[in-house]
Amino acid sequence: MKKVIANKEVDVNEEGYLVDFKQWDREVCECIAGECNVVMTEKHWEVVEYLQDKHLKEEPLSIRGIKKSGVINIKEFYALFPGGPLKKSTLIAGIPKPKSCI
Amino acid sequence: MKNLIILGAGTSGTMMSNHLVSKLSNKEWKITIVDQYKTHYYQPGFLFLPFDTYTENQVKKEGKKFVPKGVNYIQKEIKQIFPETNKVELEDETLSYDILIVATGSKIAPDETDGLLGPLWQKDIFDFYTYEGALALRNKLRDWQGGKLVVHITEMPIKCPVAPLEFAFLADSYFKKKGMRDKVDITYVTPLDGAFTKPTCTKALNYLLKEKQINIETDFAVMEVDNEKKAIVDYVDREIPFDLLVTVPTNMGDEVIERSGLGDDLNFIPTHKHTLQSIAHDNIFVIGDATNVPASKAGSVAHFQAETLTDNIILYTKGYKLKEEFDGHANCFIETGNNKALLIDFNYKQEPVHGTFPFAKIGPLKLLKESVFNHWGKLAFRWIYWNMLLKGIPIPFVGRNMSFKGKIFDIKADK
Repeated sequence: MKKVIANKEVDVNEEGYLVDFKQWDREVCECIAGECNVVMTEKHWEVVEYLQDKHLKEEPLSIRGIKKSGVINIKEFYALFPGGPLKKSTLIAGIPKPKSCI
Repeated sequence: MKNLIILGAGTSGTMMSNHLVSKLSNKEWKITIVDQYKTHYYQPGFLFLPFDTYTENQVKKEGKKFVPKGVNYIQKEIKQIFPETNKVELEDETLSYDILIVATGSKIAPDETDGLLGPLWQKDIFDFYTYEGALALRNKLRDWQGGKLVVHITEMPIKCPVAPLEFAFLADSYFKKKGMRDKVDITYVTPLDGAFTKPTCTKALNYLLKEKQINIETDFAVMEVDNEKKAIVDYVDREIPFDLLVTVPTNMGDEVIERSGLGDDLNFIPTHKHTLQSIAHDNIFVIGDATNVPASKAGSVAHFQAETLTDNIILYTKGYKLKEEFDGHANCFIETGNNKALLIDFNYKQEPVHGTFPFAKIGPLKLLKESVFNHWGKLAFRWIYWNMLLKGIPIPFVGRNMSFKGKIFDIKADK
């Protein structure tokens, strides 16, 4: 489905995740973050870039991966993206959330 | 004479030995399979052991029986793979290979979580991903008087990602049958954002949790198990108390992968997701749980992979380009309790949908809907596993790539 974010029409799935990563840019990112009540800081951008890098290499995202990333520790990760850090950070980064098989 | 070596005689390795023995010329190729253990386990049966549905003997057989004549079977420990010199060191000999197939699987690593192997391990904390764990849990459940049962996934990826949810559903049925469901509080704890994480499944299946009165805790990344408080604790100090914890610990590839420098930080081998060739070495192929491909770590996936991999090994021996064929196809029965089950059929791209399987309109199996038929299918699968799947006999009408026949795209997820 289509959604207008930062005055741009983008394609999102039922849960609001971008379907096409090419439509992601920093303005779109800040708007989605705003909808999640997250204000982007330097540290947020660092995490977003790390997640996007993992996604492009097709490596699975996990809390364990975050712990070993050297970018951030897990307590900080929860503080930056309160509630569900993996689902929120991936939404903001414009990549699919980690899923199971159902 | 050239050498093809298969490491691991589990589901994947055994299937590959059966496929290849009839496809590779025995004048040109010597096939060897290595596994340190004598026993082959029917791992899907571990889900049923704790509930006394299956007996010990229904889930284990001697592994050698399933390796065909014409394949050299070695029961020894694998010390290290040397990919630069094409050698594999075993406990007391070293083998050379022209082609290596790694099928060393994955296993639980409970020592990765602080406190998990503490004083409560196998007293009030159990896993059911090992034969020993499932049996210990069975013995516990036989006398358990009730309380807080917490079913917990440590982190993804895990072997058979739906098994923990099936465990929760079967536990509901088990305690109902024993007339003690009112004494048991079941909570399902996941690091993901729901018990169902794909929009089609959330929409179609969320009723199951309500119907079975299973509480759910999502986005829970366990930091430690507090043995004194009897609680699992996450990184924002959320505590979930338990009387009985059934956990799926971190899953990792075998230590031999780490010793050989072939894996990622979970010891899974970077593998081309459509050809199953290892990314780093042309003559190493990887199958099943040992890979890092973004498919489910399940026997059904390994079964479909084995068909593509067999073709690719033949192509490789003749110097042809490999087929980029494997599509992540998985086909799994999911027990929902009360003698019913779901069936899901999906691949890398397509999420599970409604429909019939394997025949359009006829079925007889229904996709993504509970039915008694699907439950029989799951139980029949044990026979299929021992008698057809391991031996590489094709399962009629079930193709290696996902088919869109009989699929109905009618689920519109809520916004």
